[in-house]
Amino acid sequence: MKRGALSLATLWLLSLLVFAGGRMLPGNVGRAMLGPFADQKAVDVLNHEMGTDRPLLVQYGDWISGFLTGDLGMSYAYRSEVAPFLVSALVNSAKLAAVAFLLVVPLGILGGVIAALYRGRAIDRIITVAGMSATIVPEFVSGIVLILIFGVWLRWFPISATWPPGSGPLTQVYYLLLPSVPLVLILFGYIARMARAGMIEALDAEYTRTAILKGLSYPKVIWRHVLRNALLPTISVIATQTVYLIGGLVVIEILFQYQGIGTLIYTAANKKDFPMLQAGVMAVGALFALATLLADLLYARLNPRIRYGDEG
Amino acid sequence: MSEAQPATADVGAIQKQGWLRDAGRLLRSPSFVTGGLVVLFWVACALFWPQLVPYDPFADDLLNSLLPPSGEHWFGTDQLGRDVFSRVLAGARDILTVAPLATIISTILGTALGLTMGYFGGWTDEILSRFVDAVLALPTVIVALLALTALGTSTYTVLFVIGFTFAPIIARTVRASVLAERGLDYVAAAELRRENRLYIMFVEILPNVIPPILVEMTVRLGYSIFTVATLSFIGFGIQPPSPDWGLSISSNYGLIGGGYWWTVVFDSAAIASLVIGINLMADGIQSTLDD
Repeated sequence: MKRGALSLATLWLLSLLVFAGGRMLPGNVGRAMLGPFADQKAVDVLNHEMGTDRPLLVQYGDWISGFLTGDLGMSYAYRSEVAPFLVSALVNSAKLAAVAFLLVVPLGILGGVIAALYRGRAIDRIITVAGMSATIVPEFVSGIVLILIFGVWLRWFPISATWPPGSGPLTQVYYLLLPSVPLVLILFGYIARMARAGMIEALDAEYTRTAILKGLSYPKVIWRHVLRNALLPTISVIATQTVYLIGGLVVIEILFQYQGIGTLIYTAANKKDFPMLQAGVMAVGALFALATLLADLLYARLNPRIRYGDEG
Repeated sequence: MSEAQPATADVGAIQKQGWLRDAGRLLRSPSFVTGGLVVLFWVACALFWPQLVPYDPFADDLLNSLLPPSGEHWFGTDQLGRDVFSRVLAGARDILTVAPLATIISTILGTALGLTMGYFGGWTDEILSRFVDAVLALPTVIVALLALTALGTSTYTVLFVIGFTFAPIIARTVRASVLAERGLDYVAAAELRRENRLYIMFVEILPNVIPPILVEMTVRLGYSIFTVATLSFIGFGIQPPSPDWGLSISSNYGLIGGGYWWTVVFDSAAIASLVIGINLMADGIQSTLDD
């Protein structure tokens, strides 16, 4: 309960920031949309139509209550409802993110576990340094290199992520494989680092010693005792990384011409389409809050030593 | 008072030796030295490119556009016939100005914020932590898109956005270190002397939390370059006609389907080597401090 309330407070603050950001636009919205030569009357009418001539507090109240009831407002650029655009963009991004996650979570955990089992040896150092370096290279840089190698030279993969209409799930995954690799590279280092740290802590723990002294075989100890405890902290990292994943989606979706939440926010920013921009940004914030909350709950469920607040 | 004098001098001497020893250890760290050399190379390019470039990086030569790499043009030429090698060298300038400045801004903001949160604790900490969480709930690129749309595209906005979004991350690190220092005797002593709270925060506590701040700052510098390059790539960062790497990739990546790989590969390598270099330095500093 307490964690949920905290997430809500954070989201509310975020909505204030986003709203304030949207209203910092110099001049008035109608004028900005119609251009400097438009008739003043037309500007007034448009402002009235969109409600941008009302006091700021009223606008905020209207926006936030609309948000809670699922009415996300009208796009300035398309003159139609924001919601359908947002939903289809979120579905597309979710597909891309899902492919990336399905690849990176097992790979990252495996990398971290191997590094921990060979602690201090060359393979540990290679996984750690390579993972760390991959994490800091911008997605568009690795994306460009991947497009060149696998798209242009080898021609194994399409260089755009947008599949032909009516493609089946397998074709969609095929189109999303190349774009998901830069995201995998970014996340691999984080997940591997956490998994490694968790593994090392668990390997050094008393219960592991006990299990070995009890006469259990080494693989059995690793599988039953170590992994379970080692992966707990990794779960929270995976959740907090979703937010960076979404940041990465902006760039990857632009590079691979894919209609997701990143492209939506980017296009809205370019067209100064604030309702669309605000809705997109709030959706990202809400997703992050949700992911963090889920991770906390999952963590508590898997770890009998932790119970949050009044959950009992 | 006269008794205290030699003691202070001794402490100073020991600290100085400590610094020297740390510096010596740093120079023996392979990560730090490798990373440092790469970064040094790009800093030299950023400072001295006018002396280093074989061609004017801004001069169009439309008759010689899109030439592949050759003895004459080592890295080939771009759409406007500009020499890619010269542009890659000169491209270090803007990113190595904007990113470090942004890092310094965020470090100052974050340190002040973290000191306040850690030292005052209680409600101050609770409220500021909510704001920190709200900012951290959004990826920097998205905050940047929001701010750059509202405030207009300019280098100042980029500095503001990175300063503003990285400060909470630094604040969290500083806060944790301050919490550890908060309970130590020297803070209690200063409080008993009725020192000003600002004095305790900045003169007593701050010098003791410098090492973690230094590590965090180096790591942030890497991410700052990551962010500036990304913003330039999507058209919201450094503006044309700068030979900036992210910007060059953005204006040339449409061509790679036609096989003009040299217009993007060298810029990509430049960005990758710079961020990895900085990260290796951070890794070196971190492991030296840990020992």
